[in-house]
Amino acid sequence: MLVPILKQGDYLIASIQSALTDADLLRLRDDLVDQVGRYRSRGVIVDVTALDVMDSFAVRTISSLSQMIKLRGAETVIVGIQPEVAFAMVQLGLTLSGVGTALDLEEGLAYLNTRAARGDRARR
Amino acid sequence: MLDGEVRVAIATDSDIVAARQAGRQLASQLDFSSSDLTVIAAAVSEIAPNILEYARRGEVEIRLMEKAGRRGVLVVARDQGPGIRDIPLALQDGYSTSGSLGLGLPGARRLMDEFEVQSEMGKGTTVTMRKWAR
Repeated sequence: MLVPILKQGDYLIASIQSALTDADLLRLRDDLVDQVGRYRSRGVIVDVTALDVMDSFAVRTISSLSQMIKLRGAETVIVGIQPEVAFAMVQLGLTLSGVGTALDLEEGLAYLNTRAARGDRARR
Repeated sequence: MLDGEVRVAIATDSDIVAARQAGRQLASQLDFSSSDLTVIAAAVSEIAPNILEYARRGEVEIRLMEKAGRRGVLVVARDQGPGIRDIPLALQDGYSTSGSLGLGLPGARRLMDEFEVQSEMGKGTTVTMRKWAR
């Protein structure tokens, strides 16, 4: 299942539409890391609202996606982790530490805008 | 009367998605919370990759069960792979012979109420786990 990636200004928005296989997750990671360079994006939002489960492979892949994008000079925020998905992740001992998270797309955009504003000030 | 049963052959990673969705679907007939349904799906998603990783193919069987007035779901993952040499070691967090994170078996064990692993070298591995509804 291909995850559509939309370009929205300085940001990329990957909106997961259904359950993903491990191979789909790896492809999403590689596509985003590639497109951040192609579109010179400053931030990436990964919307996981439609994901049925975040197992250890998904969490590991999303962590590495976020770290790789950081190395490419952009910020990542994961939005839409559902309450029951969060519950199962905590039971599994999976924390997504070091990865930005926000409630939904709107909050995710606010998160990236705040980060971008801070970055602009730092550069002056 | 409980007679739900699903078997999913595991040979590709999309079979893992099918197995966890079948598990959730079947378990949703019982009085599980939506968090518990996700927990069951996550447990299937943690153990099924071991089948691909070590045995290349196998199956996941999911069944509804009833015992002493309690209802629950039984998940059996079986393969005819190489087997696990040291089961207690394989159940430790972070232990893996394949270079993975090593969270599959211990993770699934944390998610379910009952969990057991039977394995014979050269014959295969069977992971049996149960979760009881409220």
